[in-house]
This record gives sequence, C-alpha cells and structure tokens, in this order.
Amino acid sequence: MGTLKNAQAGLGGRLPSLMKGIASAVAGATMVLSAAVNAAPATSEVNTTGLAVTDDTVTVGILHSVTGTMAISETGSVQAEKLAIEQINAMGGVLGRQIEYVQEDGASDWPTFAEKSRKLLLQDKVATVFGCWTSASRKAVLPVFEQYNGMLYYPTFYEGLEQSPNVIYTGQEATQQILAGIDWVTKEKGAKTFYLLGSDYIWPRTSNKIARKHIEKLGLKVVGEDYYPLGHTQFNSIINKFKLKKPDVIFASVVGGSNVAFYKQLKAAGIDMTKEKPLVLTISVTEDEILGIGGENIEGAYASMKYFQSLTNDNNQAFVKAFKERWGDDIVIGDVTQAAYLGPWLWKAAVEKAGSFDVDKVREASPGIELTTAPEGYVKVHPNHHLWSKTRIGNAKTDGQYEIVYETDELIEPDPFPEGYQ
Amino acid sequence: MFADYTTSELMSIFAMQGFAGLILFSVFVLMALGLAIIFGQMGVINMAHGEFMILGAYITYLTSNVFADYMPNLFGAYFFIAMILAFIAAGALGMLVEWAMIRHLYHRPLDTLLATWGLSLILQQCYRTIFGAREVGVTLPDWLMGSFQLTDIIEVPINGIFVMTLAVGISVAIAALMYKSRWGIQVRSVVQNRPMAGAVGINTARVDRLTFGLGCGIAGVAGSAFTMIGSTGPTSGQLYIVDTFLVVVFGGAASLLGTIASAFTISQAQSTMEFFLSGSMAKVLTLLFVVFILMLRPQGLFSLKVRR
Repeated sequence: MGTLKNAQAGLGGRLPSLMKGIASAVAGATMVLSAAVNAAPATSEVNTTGLAVTDDTVTVGILHSVTGTMAISETGSVQAEKLAIEQINAMGGVLGRQIEYVQEDGASDWPTFAEKSRKLLLQDKVATVFGCWTSASRKAVLPVFEQYNGMLYYPTFYEGLEQSPNVIYTGQEATQQILAGIDWVTKEKGAKTFYLLGSDYIWPRTSNKIARKHIEKLGLKVVGEDYYPLGHTQFNSIINKFKLKKPDVIFASVVGGSNVAFYKQLKAAGIDMTKEKPLVLTISVTEDEILGIGGENIEGAYASMKYFQSLTNDNNQAFVKAFKERWGDDIVIGDVTQAAYLGPWLWKAAVEKAGSFDVDKVREASPGIELTTAPEGYVKVHPNHHLWSKTRIGNAKTDGQYEIVYETDELIEPDPFPEGYQ
Repeated sequence: MFADYTTSELMSIFAMQGFAGLILFSVFVLMALGLAIIFGQMGVINMAHGEFMILGAYITYLTSNVFADYMPNLFGAYFFIAMILAFIAAGALGMLVEWAMIRHLYHRPLDTLLATWGLSLILQQCYRTIFGAREVGVTLPDWLMGSFQLTDIIEVPINGIFVMTLAVGISVAIAALMYKSRWGIQVRSVVQNRPMAGAVGINTARVDRLTFGLGCGIAGVAGSAFTMIGSTGPTSGQLYIVDTFLVVVFGGAASLLGTIASAFTISQAQSTMEFFLSGSMAKVLTLLFVVFILMLRPQGLFSLKVRR
C-alpha cells in the first residue's frame, strides 16, 4: 500500500525531482525530451518581479465581456486571442514556455472590468492581459494597470487622445481610420458635402470632430451633424434630413443594435447605396456587424478600416483558414478580431526581444517591434504604443464581405494627439 | 431653425415627419399594447417584456430559415406564419411563466419587478447560449423592402405601412376582445373587484393566466414585426423596454385608449423635434415633457376609476 501511495504522490508532482526521475521510465524519457527542447533561460532570469512564470509555463489573462450587451462584439476578440495563443504554443511557446491563460468575464460592466483586472494582476500575477473593447472599459481598467504596472493589449479602433505606458493599442486611433477615408472619398468620388452621423458617446463625437476639421481644412462643407442615443432604433427623421440636405457623403459611426435599425431603414426608405447618391462611408461596420444587419441591407456602403476578411495576401489566407478550422466555417472576421489576434504575437515578439517577461523590459522592447506575419500585412509598434498600419476602403457586398477598392500606399503613422483637432 | 428651408420644403418636411411620426407611433403602440394589458389589467410590472419581444424575433428568424431551406417558393409568405408562431410561442412561454412564478407574487408588486427582471436576464442568457452572442440577420421577403415615391422628396417605406396596418389591426382586435367578448368582460370584472368576480363564478386564476399569455403573445408579434426595422440579438429587447414603460405609464396604466393617445403624443413630439434639433436633444426634451405632464397628472393621461 505504501508504495502505491508514493507512486500516486509522484504523479501528483509532490516528490523531489530525484525520486520523480526514477519513478517510471516514461516520466524519465519525457523529462529528457523536454530538457532538450527547453533551451529556455532560467525562470529567475526572465522573471524578476514575481509574475506567474514557471520553468515551462507563463500565465496571461484574457479579459472580455462574454455576457451582456458587448458579448456581441467581444466574442470575436476572445476567439482571435485564443487562436493566437494556441498557435504560439504549437510553435514552442514564448522563451520556451507554454502560454496558459486565465479568462475573466467583464460582463459588459465597467466596474467589473476594473475588479477583474485587479484580480488578474494581483491574484493570478499574469504576465500580460489581452482585453477590453469599449473605451469605457479601457478607461475603467487603466488606473489599475498603471497602479500595479500591468500590460494591456487593447484591440479596438478608438478615439485616440490617450497614450499609457501600460497599454499597447493594436487597433487604429481615430486619425488613422478617418483622414485617409475622407481623402479617398474626396479624390476618387469628388465628394463636396458631408453629413456626419453617430451614436451619442465619446468615440463618434471625437471621430466626427476630427472628420469635421479635416473636411473644412480641405475646403469642403459639412451640411449636418447629428447624434442619437445608444440603442436608438428609429432613424426615419435623419433619413428625411438626408433627403432634404442631399449630402454627397453620409459619414456614419452608429454602433451596436442601432446600426441594424439604421441600415434597414435606410434601405426601406428607398436609398440605394450602390448608386452612391448619397455615398455612405462608415467607420463602425465590420463584417461582424453585417451578420446582424444582413448583407442585402448594406450593399454598396463603404467602410474605412485597416483590415477586411477579403484581403488576399498569404498571411491573411492562412489566418482565415486557421480561424475557420478552429471556430467553425460560417464565422466572419472583422477589423477588431484581427487586431486582437495581433496582441499575443506582438507580446511574444516583445518578450523575446527583451529576453524577459518583466513588464518594464517588455515595455522598453515594444517600440520598433515588427510583425511581418500579420494578417493585415505588416505592422510596427510606434514609440507612442500604437501601430503603424495601412488604411483600406472596402465596398460592402450582399454576401456580407467587403471588396477592397483602395489601400494607402504607405503605412499611416499613428497620431493619438492630432494637433488642432481637439 | 426654419430659415434654412423654403416654404415648399417646410411643407414637405412636415408631411414627411408627420409620416415618420406615424410609423414611430405604430411601433410604440405595438410595443406597449402587450405591456398595457399586463401592467394595466393585472398590475404586474413585467421587466421581461423586451425578452418576450425578442423571442418573437428569434421565432421569425427560425421560420425564415426553415422556409428558405425547404419551401423557397413560398418565402414571400413566411412572415405571416412567423407572426402567428411568434404569438403562440411567446404566449405559451408567458402562461408558463405566470403559472410558475407570477401567480405566487400577485400581492407583492416589488417582488414581481425583481423576479421578472431576473427572468429577463435568464432569457437573455438562454438566447445567447442557443443562438450565439452575435446578432442574427433576418432576411425579409422582397415585397416588404422598398418604398412608394409620392413626390420628389416624400417617399413612403412599405414596411412602415405594414407596421401601421399591423398596429391598427391588433389594437382593434384587442379592443373588440376586451369590450365585446365574454372573456373581456371577465378580465375587466377581475380587475375591478377580484373577490366579487370570484364569487360570481369566474375562474380568476385562469383569467389571469390567459391575460398574461395574451400580453406576452402580442409582445411576440411586435418582436416579429420589428425584425423589419431593428436588430435581433440576445439583448435587443433592452432597447425597447424604457420607451415601452414610458408610453404605458404616460398613458395611464389601466387604459388602452390612454396607451394609444400617449404613443401618439410622444411619437409626434419626438419625430418633429428630431428634425429641428439633434436626436439626443429631442429625446431629452420628450422625457422632460413627459415628466412635466406626470407631475401634473400622476395617474397618466387617461385613468379608469377603479374601486380598490
């Protein structure tokens, strides 16, 4: 009996390593094998701040809403981050360590986000966190990350005007999305007048402020600017205004359930977007949203993003294939999902460049990190913690995909504090 | 604010906005009728009303998929079948909920409020588990899309007319049911004096269950109709609940006529203001206006004199 007990204890990993080595031939073989693969640096070297790093694992956090209103949007980010982590693990992990994740649910509630991020940093001692979606949730966790010196990879395109040493922004800040889009529509489509429409909160209001400045700088005219409360479902009045003011371009940043109502009612009111009179240019509808809107209701609209699922480069084809294999064939991939996928890869690159999991060293190593394997093509981390990336214009098709009609020649420099735009 | 427009444009604006207001009015009536029956006749504050609507929307989604897969040539007609199925499904769920939960809480209105709010969370999570967290797109038959062109500027969306017809039809049906049928008399007598109604042989428990089921069923039909204009997701019901309560409370809880009058007032005020002010500002002013009226008339626009 006594021997049996010992053997069980050995399997549980409680015996000293000497006895563990002779416990069974199989276990011994595994150890030799893993020792050969792990030319990994000692844990004491790569982790001087007490993070959850062992000789063969490193723990990270995933913090998104999988329940509540925002689950609609954040599900894709969770899937992308898990896929990236699994792929990295299959390649041998980071600094010879397999990534394990602790997933927490922000439940679409900003205080919950703050509480869960505190738990991830203090209790789980995660090396980094991939998470948040709305600006409100990011603002809620920011003080926590700054106080306890954590690192957050934030995937969503957002309004800018922020630059924290504890956040890497893998989505676009507002100017990257807006300026190139407006330049394109004026140059290619000869647009002269714009109508700005958005949901009533910080991101659309800031975006429209930037858009208005830029439009006026080009000598063109904004004929109207309007905001509707989040969740508004009746857009007949604004559609009547479009009909009266006849703008060349409707610049739309409506979000959430309102989006569906807006495009359905636009179509029902007899505005055929494929005729481009007026042309609809949106910065808030990705392939994810089209699922709910229905491709036939948004056909002809243009979107200004950095990523579309229909990109044809090799990186993206491999990414789309892997994503569908992992999460099902009928899934679609939007701009933010791709940006979320970049998070773990950027972190891996920074850790390897730093040779350490320490947050301070990862931060120092981050600027200049390049990713040539990004589905969007190529990205590079700017010293201001945002990414250099291209802006692309897509034209919505009935099958719910975008056809890419334009792409900037150069990477656009992130500029979270644009001068004269505030 | 009027100076930017010519007189003929202003005429068109008022015509168009009047019509937009009528569509909004129909939407409000559809949303609020079910709640007015439950809240007005039974005094139950049903916080899960929006989720019953979304059940109707999901039923519509499923029906459209079934028709697209098995009966593509009948696709144009699926919407009517979907509305009937939505009524049955939401009504059945409503009766089940009444039997399992509501009837134990009739004398505790605040507990009903909490319990139905809990129910709404449970239903949301069920939808999320069954249909996924993402919104689903409901494909509409072609004849429901598009619009009539009346003048250069004025255009009338077909689905707006459909919603209006539906709202009128359901209102008339409910009025007939309440004021002409035997069952309606029973409902009203139970509302007015429950012990007396029981004493003359009315099965009050059964009346309660059917009333609740009817209210939920109408919510289901409304949800089905709203797939034309809004989103279908686990939490979409939340988008409607505030407006719904606003309409019912403003109209006077126990009065169907009041509900309709209040829906008309709020919708016309809102759509007219939306045109000249920004959307958010219009909402703020509408709410202020409602608060002001409710301060003068706490019982709402219309109220029945009921012996308590």
